[in-house]
Amino acid sequence: MEKVDVMEKTEKVEKKQEKNPRTAYGLAILELARADRNVVALDADLCTSTQSAQVEKNLPAQYFEMGIGEANMASVAAGFALCGKTPFIHTFAVFATGRPFDQIRQGICLPNLNVKIVGSSEGLSDFGDGATHQCFEDMALMSVLPNMTVLAPVDAAEVPKVVRAAAAIQGPVYIRLNRNDLPLLTDESTPFEIGKPLVLAEGKDVAICVNGVTAGMGLAAREILSGQGLEARVVNFSTIKPLNEKIVREALGGVRALVTAEEHSVIGGLGAAIAGCLSKAPLPTARVGIADRYGQSSHSYEQLLEHYGLTPEAIAGAAREILKA
Amino acid sequence: MDKELQSFLVEKARKVRLGVIDALGIGNRGHVGGSLSCADIVAALYFYKMRHSPEKQDDPNRDRFIMSKGHSVLAQYAALAEAGYFDKKVLATTKSLGSLLQGHPERQIPGIEANTGSLGQGLSMGVGMALAGRMDGLDYRVYVIVGDGELAEGQIWEAAMAANHYALSNLTVIVDMNGVQAMGRTSDRYSIANIPGRFAAFGWKTFEVDGHDVADIAGALDRASGVRGCPTAIVARTVKGKGVGFAENTHAYHNNLLTAEDREKAIASVMAM
Repeated sequence: MEKVDVMEKTEKVEKKQEKNPRTAYGLAILELARADRNVVALDADLCTSTQSAQVEKNLPAQYFEMGIGEANMASVAAGFALCGKTPFIHTFAVFATGRPFDQIRQGICLPNLNVKIVGSSEGLSDFGDGATHQCFEDMALMSVLPNMTVLAPVDAAEVPKVVRAAAAIQGPVYIRLNRNDLPLLTDESTPFEIGKPLVLAEGKDVAICVNGVTAGMGLAAREILSGQGLEARVVNFSTIKPLNEKIVREALGGVRALVTAEEHSVIGGLGAAIAGCLSKAPLPTARVGIADRYGQSSHSYEQLLEHYGLTPEAIAGAAREILKA
Repeated sequence: MDKELQSFLVEKARKVRLGVIDALGIGNRGHVGGSLSCADIVAALYFYKMRHSPEKQDDPNRDRFIMSKGHSVLAQYAALAEAGYFDKKVLATTKSLGSLLQGHPERQIPGIEANTGSLGQGLSMGVGMALAGRMDGLDYRVYVIVGDGELAEGQIWEAAMAANHYALSNLTVIVDMNGVQAMGRTSDRYSIANIPGRFAAFGWKTFEVDGHDVADIAGALDRASGVRGCPTAIVARTVKGKGVGFAENTHAYHNNLLTAEDREKAIASVMAM
């Protein structure tokens, strides 16, 4: 299992590195497209939001504007893939997964085509736009499809590794990206491998399983718990699918209980994936996430996360409760 | 078109229809009506117009064909078997458990270029293929057959806009306008009038043909491949179930079975065409 001293690294890299996952994504997809002219970027009129605009600006021959038509975009990408291209399609997570779900299922996943779906502005991260633009269902929708790989990078530094790993797979991949700056918890030297969790911090009492924005919260929850005499391990899961029992057990071995924390519905996301892996011999598990409900507008991402119960305090509280149970 | 070529294509279309009957078998439901209505179009594509070969299935510059109305794939299976992509004996296994030949087209089948069946998606896939060909400097053409009922799918018109935006003159859609959808006559069930006008309004050069006249179809395919600067639509007037008298022009045989007696009648009817 890979381990890093996160606190130390965070101090070192924070000042100079990109903290915004979508900005990092734009640079990563550009680099990939420069190296391989078969990589093409498609977008449904949100290229500056998703940052596929980097490809449009710098490699216009490899960029295809698809207008405000996500279903068509997904099937056009299938056509590209059938001709040996590696298409990356871009829009907000909610429009990338829900609206063209049938096109992804029938035309991309069933024939196992090499299409990468990039869902930007995941979760609550498009805080102002409200329920229609926020998405807590994307991991569930994409995970249920055979052949699909589902990835959620933990920070901007991991984004290029995720993009390269996605490109290296011959098959469909979903990548969910946060719109806002996230704390840098990894750096260039941190290993990333699809299917492998990353222990961000050690602890023996409880394991806090996180991804994306909840990773930083998990580490802060660990600090809170430490002040209360409890040792929490924080394990990041940038891969939601595929996960296997052996690897998950290895990462979570020795603790008495689990907390899963995700910016996604508690139905069908990270918590469900981990529970599925451990179902033969489950550990007591508390699941922190978005309850079975929709989002709403707010002027602040932090305020919205708090409203929906995604805070270090909530995670630490869930850990204390589950350890008592 | 010279007479020899014409009768060659008429015979190929007959073989496609007989292949559809083979694939249908006895007592199993299948999409016979729509497979027969596009049989002449499929024959003209595979045995006249398209650059393709079962020996060079991975040729990057092969012409592509997508049966967007995927339920009519029986006609495509029959053409592929006739062209040598797989043994004709395989046709009889269609839709049986474990068969190569599924109820709707899947890519693992030799000669099948795309998975379709959920209607409305094939034209978009054709747009992607046409864009990829242009990007690679290849001159292959992409052909997509859609049904007239299928045109109710909004994605068709998203694809029509995209093909116009990118001026995809290497893309041709052929509308198998048989006028009958699963639940009845298209004009009664859900009006999709003036199909040529609709494509023209989306910036496509359109042609209208008798979809059971191989010379007419082939002529339109030739004219379409000469068009520059925009995509092309061939609207083919067809008869659902064409060639099998009792199945013609009725939704009763959109998805239906043949008894042993029906099968004999169907074969006789096709032989008499």
